[in-house]
Amino acid sequence: MAAPPDPQFVLRGTQSAVHALHFCGGAQGREHQLLLSGSLSGLVHIWSLQTRRAIATLDGHGGQCVIWLQTLPQGPQLLSQGRDLKLCLWDLAEGRNAVVDSVGLESVGFCRGSVLARGQQRWMLAVPGRGSDEIQILEMPSKTSVCTLKPEADAKPGMPMCLELWQTDSSARPHLLAGYEDGSVALWDVSERKACSRIACHTEPVMGLDFDSQKARGVSGSAEKALAVWSLDEQQALQARGTHQLTNPGVSDVKIRPDRKLLATAGWDHRVRVFHWRTMKPLAVLAFHSAAVHCVAFAADGLLAAGSKDHRISVWSLYPPP
Amino acid sequence: MDPVLSSVRLTVREAVHTLSSSEDGGCIVSTLESLKRYLGETENPALPAEQEEFARVHFSALLRCLVSKLSPDWLGLLPDGQLEELWASFFLEGPADQAFLVLMEALEDTPGPSFRLMKMARLLARFLKAGRMAAVMEGQCRQQAELAFPLLQEALLVRVVGLPDRLGNRLQHENLAEFFPQRYFPLLGEEAVRVLQAVVDSLRGGSDCSVSFVSQVVGKACVYGRQKEILGVLVPRLTALTQGSCLWQRVCWRLVECVPDRAMEAVLTGLVETAPGPHALSRLLGNLVLKSKKARFVMTQKLLFLQYRHTTPALQSLLGYLAMDSQRRPLLLQALKELMETWGSSSAIRHAPLDQQRYVSKAVLICLAHLGDAELQDSRDELLASLMAGVKCRLDSSLPAVRRLGMIVTEVASSRIHPEGPPLKFQYEEDELSCELLALAAPQPAADSPSEAGSPVTPVAAETPDKQTEEGGVPQVRPQGSDSELDSDDEFVPYDMSGDRELKSGKAPMYVRDCVEALTTSEDWERWEAALRALEGLVFRNPAATREVSVELAQVLLHLEEKTSVVGFEGLRQRALVAVTTTDPARVAEYLTSQFYAVNYSLRQRMDILDVLALAAQELSRPGRLGRTSQCGSPGPTCPPSCAGAPTWRAVVDERIRRKTRRFSKGSPRKGLAGSPNEFNAVAGYFFFPLIQGFDRPLVTFDLLGDDQLVLGRLAHTLGALMYLAVNTTVAVSMGKALLEFVWALRFHGDAYVRRGLLSAVSSVLLSVPAERLLEDLPDELLEARAWLADVAEKDPDDDCRMLAVKALLLLEKLRDKLLPLAPP
Repeated sequence: MAAPPDPQFVLRGTQSAVHALHFCGGAQGREHQLLLSGSLSGLVHIWSLQTRRAIATLDGHGGQCVIWLQTLPQGPQLLSQGRDLKLCLWDLAEGRNAVVDSVGLESVGFCRGSVLARGQQRWMLAVPGRGSDEIQILEMPSKTSVCTLKPEADAKPGMPMCLELWQTDSSARPHLLAGYEDGSVALWDVSERKACSRIACHTEPVMGLDFDSQKARGVSGSAEKALAVWSLDEQQALQARGTHQLTNPGVSDVKIRPDRKLLATAGWDHRVRVFHWRTMKPLAVLAFHSAAVHCVAFAADGLLAAGSKDHRISVWSLYPPP
Repeated sequence: MDPVLSSVRLTVREAVHTLSSSEDGGCIVSTLESLKRYLGETENPALPAEQEEFARVHFSALLRCLVSKLSPDWLGLLPDGQLEELWASFFLEGPADQAFLVLMEALEDTPGPSFRLMKMARLLARFLKAGRMAAVMEGQCRQQAELAFPLLQEALLVRVVGLPDRLGNRLQHENLAEFFPQRYFPLLGEEAVRVLQAVVDSLRGGSDCSVSFVSQVVGKACVYGRQKEILGVLVPRLTALTQGSCLWQRVCWRLVECVPDRAMEAVLTGLVETAPGPHALSRLLGNLVLKSKKARFVMTQKLLFLQYRHTTPALQSLLGYLAMDSQRRPLLLQALKELMETWGSSSAIRHAPLDQQRYVSKAVLICLAHLGDAELQDSRDELLASLMAGVKCRLDSSLPAVRRLGMIVTEVASSRIHPEGPPLKFQYEEDELSCELLALAAPQPAADSPSEAGSPVTPVAAETPDKQTEEGGVPQVRPQGSDSELDSDDEFVPYDMSGDRELKSGKAPMYVRDCVEALTTSEDWERWEAALRALEGLVFRNPAATREVSVELAQVLLHLEEKTSVVGFEGLRQRALVAVTTTDPARVAEYLTSQFYAVNYSLRQRMDILDVLALAAQELSRPGRLGRTSQCGSPGPTCPPSCAGAPTWRAVVDERIRRKTRRFSKGSPRKGLAGSPNEFNAVAGYFFFPLIQGFDRPLVTFDLLGDDQLVLGRLAHTLGALMYLAVNTTVAVSMGKALLEFVWALRFHGDAYVRRGLLSAVSSVLLSVPAERLLEDLPDELLEARAWLADVAEKDPDDDCRMLAVKALLLLEKLRDKLLPLAPP
C-alpha cells in the first residue's frame, strides 16, 4: 500500500485561520486558474496557482471572518460572505478589486449562503434569514426578497447551518437543501415555499453538505463521528442511505469533486479524508495540517485545496481525472 | 575308527603335506581341486558325512595352512591369478564362521604392513561384500542351544562387532573404506536383517531357531556407541517388515528380549530415537517393559528422569509406546505421577538445569495428551497436589523461562486434571517454545503410520495431497480478489491509512510545575496523560526549573499509578523519572535510594527505583552528553575566554578551504567525539553506597534475603551496572571493594538469578577498577573470588551462571596477563 501522499504545494501567508476556499477561472487551463481564500481576519486572498503567490488581497469585511466565497458564472464577479453581516459582490475583471454591491444579512450564524445561477443576468441567492430558523431567498442582482422559508411551527429544527441550492436540468423548479442545527437535513421546494422532506441524519448540528444532483445522492457531515449519505427518490423524499464512521469526531466541510468520483471532508482532527464517492470506500487520509481543517474545495480539473486553522492552505493532486 | 573319517583325515593330511612342500603349480591346483569336493558345489561332491567331518575338524587347519603359504612367489606359480582365485574360494565358500575366525586371527598375527596383510584385508573385504557375515550369524542362529559352544560364540561376537577397531589398529593408514565403522555397521545391519529373514523363513518351515546371537551383535554394537549406524538401517527395515506380519513381530520382540541386560539401555535408547513413531516402536518392542525389569527401568526412569538430551519426537515415541497397550498404560500413569512430582519439587526447580525442566515439562504434556479423563480422575488428588506445589514454586522463580514453563504446563494440566473448574489463563508471550509445548498438549491423531511406513512409495503419496490442497487453495482466493475489482470501474487504489488514529486533544502543560500539579491533583484524565507525555521533554528543556522541584517530582512519579489505561504508561513514567534523576542526580538519587529500603513500597516500585538508577547512571556516564545538555541551555564547564575567539577564525579558514577545494567524492563528514569528563564521577557515590548498605536488614514487608529474592537479583544486577558505569571514576576502588564484599556474602545463594547478578557484578568490578589498584587493595578478595568462580564455572546447574563465571575468569586471566609483563624486568 502506498504511503500517504504529500501535498503538491502549500500556500502560506494568510496570517490567520482560513475559513473559505474557492477555485475560479479554470476554464482556460491551469495557468489562469485562481484560488480564493477567506480568512479569519476578514481578508480575501487571491492566489495564482501558476506562481503560487497571492496576487491580490481584498479587504471588505472590516476584520470579520470571511466564511463563504463564490464566483458567478457570468464574468469575474465574486461573492464573499463575512461575519460582519455583509455579503459583498466584487468585480474582479481586468485586475479591478472593488465592491460593486453588497447585501446586508440579518443572521449572525455561521451558515454559508448558496447561489443558483439561472440565466445570464439573473441569479438566485439563499442566505440565512432574520428569524433564527428562517432561510431567505433573494433574486439577484435586484436584491428583491423572493420568499422566506420558515419551518412549520412544530418542527423546531434550530438554525440552518448550511445551504445548497440546486435544480435539475429537466425542470426549472429550484430546490434547496438545508442542514439544521438539530442534525436534520431538509429539502425545500423554493417555488412552493414548502419543505418536501426532512430526515434526521445526525444527532449534532450539520456542519456541511454536498449534493450530487445527477445521482440524486448527497452527503452531510456534522460535529459527530460519522458522515451520513442520503438520497432523493422520485417522490422528492429524502432517504438515509447509511452512515460512514470516522476515526475522530467533527467534520467542518464536505465537497464532492465536479466529476463526481471523489468526496473530500475537512476534519476537526486536522485531517482531510478522501472517499470514493460512489462506494464510500476510504481512499486516503491527508495528515498535513496541525490544526482543524475548516474548508475544502475542488477545482474543475480535480485539484483539491484544504484550508486550516494553522494559517496554511494545502493543495493536493489526488487521482487526477483523465 | 570310522572309515569315512579316517579317509577324510588321510586326504587332508596328504593335501596339507603337498601344499606345504610342493613348488609345482599343477600339483597344488589338483590338490586344492580335490579338497574342494568336501565343500560341495562341484560336479561330484563328497559324501555328506565326509563333508561334515571335513568342516568340523579339518577346515580350520587347512585354512591356516593356506594362509601360511600366501606369498607373491607362491601365487605366481600359476599365471593370471588362478591360484589366488582358488585360494580365496576356500575362504568364501567354506563354513563362514571358521573362515572368519581364521581370517581375523591371521590378520592379527601377520606382522606390519606386508603383502600378506593386504591380501588378507582385501579378502576380508570380499568376504564382507559377498554377504558372508550373514552366514556367520546365521550359523550361530541355527545351532541348537546345547550344541553352541559359548567360548567360540563369544570370540566370534567380539570379532564381528570389533572388526572396525581391530582392522583400524592393524592397518593404520592402509585401512580400507569397507572397514570404517560408518560403512561397516550399516552393512552389519543389512546382514542382520537377512539373518532375521532366514530365521523367519525357517520358522515358517517349522524348524527351531534362535536369534540370541543377532541380539548380542546388535547389543554390543549399540554399547560401542554405533546405534545410529546399525539401527538406522535395521529399524526402518524392521518397521516395514513387521507391519503386516505377526511372525516378524514375534521375531523382533524376541530379538530385543535376548539383548543382554548390560546392552539393554543402549539398544532401547537407540530404538526410541530411531523409531519413526509410537506405533512402530510398539511393534518392535511388544510388551518388553512388562517382561524385562531392566527395560522397564530404562524406559520409565532413565529416559525420563536421568537424561534430557532426547528430542521431542523420541519422547513422543516413548510415551506413545507406553500408552498404546492397556497393559502398559498403568506404567504411563505412574510415569506421569512421578513426572509431576519432579515437576513440582522446589528442589528440582532450583537445582535442575533449565533444559531438563523443559524436557520434563514436555514429557508431562505428552503424558496428559495420551491419558484419558477417567484415568486422570483416579489419581487426581495426587496430581493436583504436585501441580499446586509446582505452580507456586515456579511462579516464585526469578527466571522468566521457569515462570513461563510453569504457566504453560499449569494451564494445560489444570484443564485436564480439573476440567470442571474455571479454566486457568496466564499472560505470557507466545513464542516458539510455547507454541511447541501447546502443540504437544493437543491430543495426537491416532495413526502415525503414513510417516513411519518407510516404504519409498509413501512419502510421494503423502506429498500429493499437499500439492492438491495448495492448488485447490489458489483458485479459492482469486475470485474474491477479482470480485472486488469488478466492482470498481475506476481503479482508485487507497493510500496507506494506518496513521489515522484518534486525536488526543492538546492540553499539555507548558511548565514543569504545572506537570507536577496536573499529575497530583488533576481529575481530567486527558490533561493527566498529556502532562505525563510532556514531562520528559519539559524536564530536559528546563533543567533549572526542574531542580527546584526535583525531589517532589520524583516522589510524584514514583507513586504514580496507572489510573487510566494509557498506552506505554510504564515507559513514560520511567523516562520521566530518568530525566529528573539525570537533571538533579545527587538529590534525586539520594531520595530514591532512601526509598528503596523504606517501608510501604511494592516490589514493583522498588524494582522501578533500581531500573531508574541504572538508566540514569548510564545516561550520566554517556560520553558526549555534556554537549547536548549545554545546547539545551545549561551552562557547560566554563571554557577559558581566550578560546572563545578561536572558532570564528577557524570557521572562516575552513570555509575558505572548502570553497577553493574541489572534491570528487565526499564521504560523510567524520567528527571525532570530543573528550569530556564522566558526569557520573561526582555522583556515583549517591547512587551506589546507600543501595548496597541495607540489604541484610529485613523490614516487615521487605526481606531481601528471604522471599524477595527477585528484588535481590535485580539489586545485584543494578549494583553491577552502576559499578560498570563508574569506570574511570575516583570512587571505583571503594565501590569495587564494597561490591566484592556484597558478592562474597551472597555467593551461595540458592536462586540462579541472584547468582547471575553476582557474577556479572564481579565482572564489572574487574572491568571498572584499575588493575594495579585491584592487586594492591584487594588481593585476598580476588583470590577468593577466583576460587569461587572456578567452582561455579564447573558445577553450577544454570547455564548462564556457568557462562558468566567463565567470562569473569577470562577477565581475571586478562588482568594477570596485563600485569605480568611489568613484573620480570
